Amino acid sequence: MRSDLARASLSLKVAAAAGLLFLHVPILLIFVYAFTTEEKSYQWPPPGFTTQWLAVTWNRPDVWQALGLSVQVAAISTAIALVLGTLCAAAISGSRFFGREAISLLVILPIALPGIITGISLRSAFSLMEIPFSMWTIILGHATFCVVVVYNNAVARFRRVSGSLVEASMDLGANSFQTFRYCILPNIGTALVAGGMLAFALSFDEVIVTTFTAGQQQTLPIWMLEELVRPRQRPVTNVVAMVVVLVTLLPILAAYYLTRDGDQVAGSGK
Amino acid sequence: MTNAVSFKQVSRHFGSVRAVDAVDLDIGEGEFFAMLGPSGSGKTTCLRLIAGFEQPTSGHIEIFGQQAEGVPPYRRNVNTVFQDYALFPHLNVLDNVSYGLMVKGVGKAERHRDAEAALELVKLPGYGSRRPSQLSGGQRQRVALARALVNKPKVLLLDEPLGALDLKLRENMQEELKSLQKSLGITFVFVTHDQGEALSMANRVAVFDQGKIMQIGSPEDIYQRPNSRFVADFVGSSNVLPPDFVAKHGGERRWASLRPEAVRIVDGEAGALDAIVVSRSYLGGTTRLSLDVDGQRINALVPAGHPLPEEGALIRIGFTPRDLHLMDGAQ
Repeated sequence: MRSDLARASLSLKVAAAAGLLFLHVPILLIFVYAFTTEEKSYQWPPPGFTTQWLAVTWNRPDVWQALGLSVQVAAISTAIALVLGTLCAAAISGSRFFGREAISLLVILPIALPGIITGISLRSAFSLMEIPFSMWTIILGHATFCVVVVYNNAVARFRRVSGSLVEASMDLGANSFQTFRYCILPNIGTALVAGGMLAFALSFDEVIVTTFTAGQQQTLPIWMLEELVRPRQRPVTNVVAMVVVLVTLLPILAAYYLTRDGDQVAGSGK
Repeated sequence: MTNAVSFKQVSRHFGSVRAVDAVDLDIGEGEFFAMLGPSGSGKTTCLRLIAGFEQPTSGHIEIFGQQAEGVPPYRRNVNTVFQDYALFPHLNVLDNVSYGLMVKGVGKAERHRDAEAALELVKLPGYGSRRPSQLSGGQRQRVALARALVNKPKVLLLDEPLGALDLKLRENMQEELKSLQKSLGITFVFVTHDQGEALSMANRVAVFDQGKIMQIGSPEDIYQRPNSRFVADFVGSSNVLPPDFVAKHGGERRWASLRPEAVRIVDGEAGALDAIVVSRSYLGGTTRLSLDVDGQRINALVPAGHPLPEEGALIRIGFTPRDLHLMDGAQ
């Protein structure tokens, strides 16, 4: 009975393998097409392989511009999110006040809302307030969901830093700043790094909110969308896509490992 | 002389809850002072008022003659041993103990030397490199004690310091805390709900109920001369006798307390009462008899070695009138 349950049937194995292949083969295809010799349509099988597109991509100023903007946007919105998300998590977990649950829900809401709603509402709000679209409007749009990611990571950790630790620190003569520096930060640090990396990755490949909050600026994902409709030098998009996969995958993996270790460190104290 | 801690009409209200209600309290320098009471009686809030984690709603607090209202915890020369110890999980024992010196800017070599000395004081020398998670409950408590003492506080606050320890460890720690307090001469204020602990450790005890102090006095005072039914019942597990019963058996018409060890089994003596043994509980050194006297329940303690009556037996008991303690203003 038990071994029947533990051992999957052949058909289940095949189905699982098929599911995994369906998810990941397209990503592999992107990598393959980055090295094809054919530039006008995605022809299968590729007529030949070349690394010339790496050099072509390297020499395209529009790629660098889009990449630069994306990195800037992701970095600044992550920084904003780190400050606001941490403060918010500290307030929600550190004290009880009227409307605490409601505020907690309101903070999380932007990530639950479809991006298109966030985008439209921000766009109309910006034009209502006559704020010209710029890099900063993109950053504001991204910060709305980046804050949530940081908040969610931080609030879980704050719950484990019991209130008496903060009191103990103050009791021993540490003022508020010292208490944050020597008592709170070491206990929530890995959660913040993890939250920050996730926020960065989310912002880096965001399309929908960006479409609504950008003016003439092109972030990397927007640039890729535009590039798809052009007939020439298609593999350049694939090279960029490959870079994006690496740039976003690595921080997420790092965040995963950091929080895993962090759990052990924080959990061992209690 | 100045008092270590002085409360004048101090209240702390949480909404409509009067956690501390117009408390007057003076704790002398070098005292080992216990705040005793059931949970929710306001004793812990009083401790937090001294530490600075709470501010009084009204009234005046002085610590060594200096006004304490509005002074944050980190600017008071008072340290606390927390109930859950609150050791920093990210620091090892030595850094935990030297935390207070570190935030005051004491150099590394000096603060580590002081921390080692404090660990020696609490009999944990050489434990500096361990993590709090690697210590037993008793050892964590000692680290928490060392972490507070290394700052040389003028008042040391202990919040239910022995609550989480097992019986044997608790008795050892009681002795150690007492001798530590004596040798250091620091004012100790500790909160407990365990009357035995309060009576055996403290010079003076304040009994709290519903945000008010019911009685302050030496352990003997509190135990032998409780001033109210609450104190008699909570502290001594004394027999609390109603006015009618007291009047009938040779006292004034007032509430009175009678300690169970003052009740003796006698044979046909004058002034003796008829009693029925309802139940017996063996306590080791003594046996507690629960007796029915005229419908009034009275507990009596019989020392080991004395003959014990069977349950349901009819016996005669007596007590000398001066053991009957009349309570002033007992409600």
